[in-house]
Amino acid sequence: MYRGQSGMWLWILHRLTGVGILGFLFLHIADTYLVGFGADYYNELLFLYKNPPFRVLEWVLVGAVLYHGFNGIRLILMDFWDKAVDHHKTLVQITVVAFFVVWLPAGFFMLKPVFFK
Amino acid sequence: MATQVTVKILRYDPEKDKKAHFETYTVEADPLDRILDVLNSIKWYQDGSLTYRRSCAHGVCGSDAMRINGRNRLACKVLVRDVGGDAGKKIQIEPMLGFRILRDLVVDMDPFFEKYKSIKPYLINYEDAPASSERYQSAEDREIFDETTKCILCGACSGSCPPYWAGPDFVGPAAIVNAHRFIFDSRDQGAAERLSILGEGEGVFRCRTVYNCTDACPRNIPVTKAIEQIRRAMLYNR
Repeated sequence: MYRGQSGMWLWILHRLTGVGILGFLFLHIADTYLVGFGADYYNELLFLYKNPPFRVLEWVLVGAVLYHGFNGIRLILMDFWDKAVDHHKTLVQITVVAFFVVWLPAGFFMLKPVFFK
Repeated sequence: MATQVTVKILRYDPEKDKKAHFETYTVEADPLDRILDVLNSIKWYQDGSLTYRRSCAHGVCGSDAMRINGRNRLACKVLVRDVGGDAGKKIQIEPMLGFRILRDLVVDMDPFFEKYKSIKPYLINYEDAPASSERYQSAEDREIFDETTKCILCGACSGSCPPYWAGPDFVGPAAIVNAHRFIFDSRDQGAAERLSILGEGEGVFRCRTVYNCTDACPRNIPVTKAIEQIRRAMLYNR
């Protein structure tokens, strides 16, 4: 095991969230595919998305998309802005703060209708 | 004042061991001793079979790069007190990742040097040198690649790089740093050749901006910055 610093953990999370989003994409393709067999099949499956534990997973999915997006912007800045490398630590902090600032309120709005009716 | 230091070393003897295993040693060491001194003490007074590379022992030759407490460092540049060895913390020493272990802390550097050679690490200039003088360069032009001239080819950066561990064909940060040293040299005319090599799938775009290389470099070369400068040279000079 290598004891990397913030850049390494951000990279690992970037990979994990990328794979997670891809996994959801497959699920989404599968459920949309059911429409081809008729609306009933599709509507039957929608119970899955109304399920409280699944709503928590959806919130995690939103987190994955947000993190992947914010960190992706940081990486794009690294490639195109010549001063970005000098501000590595600040950019890491901005990425983490921006992620939580959006993800936590998103959790409130997503979980409130399910858990606090 | 000398204290008892506990050192855990990953050992591997290809003639005896099926896989690497840790062995623990207790050594009397001063907080200002280097990790290399600790290794020497083990080798000279406890276990002569312990194998590691070292040459100049002063951070210039780059022979003794290894993983110390999980991070690539030169054993001759890390003091016992730097890693808390004098405060009772166990010091863990392992060979670098991404290289085949030959024995104990000695790794196979051949693929590393092949990759280094692949980026043409020498001055390319197709014009004859001036007969009566040198190829002059201004201080400002020299400054552009000053940092990357400092590389000692220890391999600490490449051995800390996840894409380098995963992809045996990736040229790695050390080769890129040495390409940078010539690409931005105003006297050199081989930039296009090197950019072409580094623009391939196993070149600079394999970098994932993990930053381990910058942290690991014992010469404080801003490795990630050098990689990004080459990327931008490719992006903007097309």
